[in-house]
Amino acid sequence: MNLVKTTSTLSAENISVWFGERQVLENVNLVFPANKVTALIGPSGCGKSTFLRTLNRMHELIPGAGLAGSVYLNGEDIYADGMDAVSVRIKVGMVFQKPNPFPTMSIRDNILSGLKLSGRKIENAEELVETSLRRASIWNEVKDRLGDQAISLSGGQQQRLCIARSLAMNPEVLLMDEPCSALDPGSTRRIEETISELSETMAIVIVTHNMQQAQRVSDQTAFFLADENTPGGVVEFGSTEQIFNGPIDPRTNDYVNGHFG
Amino acid sequence: MSQSQTKPQRRKLSAGPLSRGDKWFFRTTSAAAHFAFVLVALVLGFLLFQAWPVLQSQGVNFVLGSTWDPDSDPMVLQLGPMLWGSLLIAVLGILIATPMAISMAYLIVFMLPKRWASVATTLIDLLAALPSVVLGLWGLLVFTPIAAGWAEILNKYLGFIPLFQVTDPENGFMRSPFIAGWIVAVMIVPIITSVTREIFSQLDRDLINGALALGGSRLSTFRRVIMPTASSGVVGGVLLGLGRAVGETVAIFYVLNLSMEINWMNLVEPHGGAVASWILARFGEASPLEKQGLMAAGLVLFILTLIVNYIANVIVNRAQPWRKNQ
Repeated sequence: MNLVKTTSTLSAENISVWFGERQVLENVNLVFPANKVTALIGPSGCGKSTFLRTLNRMHELIPGAGLAGSVYLNGEDIYADGMDAVSVRIKVGMVFQKPNPFPTMSIRDNILSGLKLSGRKIENAEELVETSLRRASIWNEVKDRLGDQAISLSGGQQQRLCIARSLAMNPEVLLMDEPCSALDPGSTRRIEETISELSETMAIVIVTHNMQQAQRVSDQTAFFLADENTPGGVVEFGSTEQIFNGPIDPRTNDYVNGHFG
Repeated sequence: MSQSQTKPQRRKLSAGPLSRGDKWFFRTTSAAAHFAFVLVALVLGFLLFQAWPVLQSQGVNFVLGSTWDPDSDPMVLQLGPMLWGSLLIAVLGILIATPMAISMAYLIVFMLPKRWASVATTLIDLLAALPSVVLGLWGLLVFTPIAAGWAEILNKYLGFIPLFQVTDPENGFMRSPFIAGWIVAVMIVPIITSVTREIFSQLDRDLINGALALGGSRLSTFRRVIMPTASSGVVGGVLLGLGRAVGETVAIFYVLNLSMEINWMNLVEPHGGAVASWILARFGEASPLEKQGLMAAGLVLFILTLIVNYIANVIVNRAQPWRKNQ
């Protein structure tokens, strides 16, 4: 397997988000360097999942959604006029909270689904399937039953299949929206291992409610908070070590030590 | 605490209704359910009883032959062209209605803002509430002249395809299976739409988001994710529509020239058949014996619907192997 380390960087500048008239995020500035894992933490409703969705233009699918600011992928604004949302989503993959393999497709077809959906040619299908499944550490479990329906897998396996499905598109950034919240501890551990392996080849942004998980998998952490009736924003952003062991803002300190949330 | 060594005595557990109220609830519901079964059995029994002499005297030609002569001796009652016509019109109606209904449902669930979606839903439900006699009159007075124009164009440019051939273009293109098919389509569009809409709106949004996040377009997501996942439900809606289409009576009666000369597939030829409409057309003036023949026609129509549904079910199950895993 020959995987080149990417040098791509994703950065968000002054991101504000609206749903209809309600503003849910204000002026978020974050940088996601290549080969680093960034955790987005914060209480429910602080806008971190919403922010995540602005990074691959999934946000704009919600009726009434609005946005200000820019997201740069390798220096290019993904919201620029003439920029195709599909091409952005191919470069910035996404894994959802609940495993969502396509139920009508086999394990193999799930891996190839991104190529088919985006109308790309499939070359070396078998090799791509194997590579993707290996990178998501699920190859050994499914290699003898690639033709089986994806929903015959366990929840944790389904989630790793979804990761593999994103990897088949060879993304430069992988967004993960609480990828382990529906999984048991064993599956969670395996996905966390996968995350650290993947971080060698791409930038990863993970939303999590689990403080321990953020500490285990991430290099840097952003703490989001929304006060009542005000839009959410980043309170503090720094290395994971610093956020958890020496937070500057007292609110961060309270949150990471479990005083609220 | 020490564990007892005696063999466990299994207790008797009550699985039946627990309270007096439950008992009465159970009795009432099961009586109602049985009543429905009894009703169906009575109707079937009556039909069979009435139809039997005719079926016996006419034999297999009752469904295969194409002569309906109640005045000859012995009486010849053969239903072939009507049976075939019912199928032809139903299939045509389904072919016209299904794409319309799926598009409509897609629009309502995935494209329109909430307010407009509910307006569109109401309009389509209104269409379903339209009495078929009204639709038939509209079909006769308003739609037939328009659709005859379409049929003429089809015949002019696609006349080399047998479907659109006619024996004599001078006859006009009115009262053909083509027009009946359209009318039936209008009747079943609301049924298929509302079933499909329900299925679409129950789809896991994360599946669709997942497809879009992988770089899918709206079209490829529709083709590769939404339709395959929803197909069994959609086919269910189509089946419901097919049931109605095969049994449709009055509306077709108004717009179709019923003829015992079989029309295999010349859709725009101005004659065709439909069992239910035939029953309606003949019943008023029929002798008691012919009435028995019409009862037999009803029975055959009933069986035809059952067969069509059965075949469609087999197709659905075969097309959906993944459902076994659920």
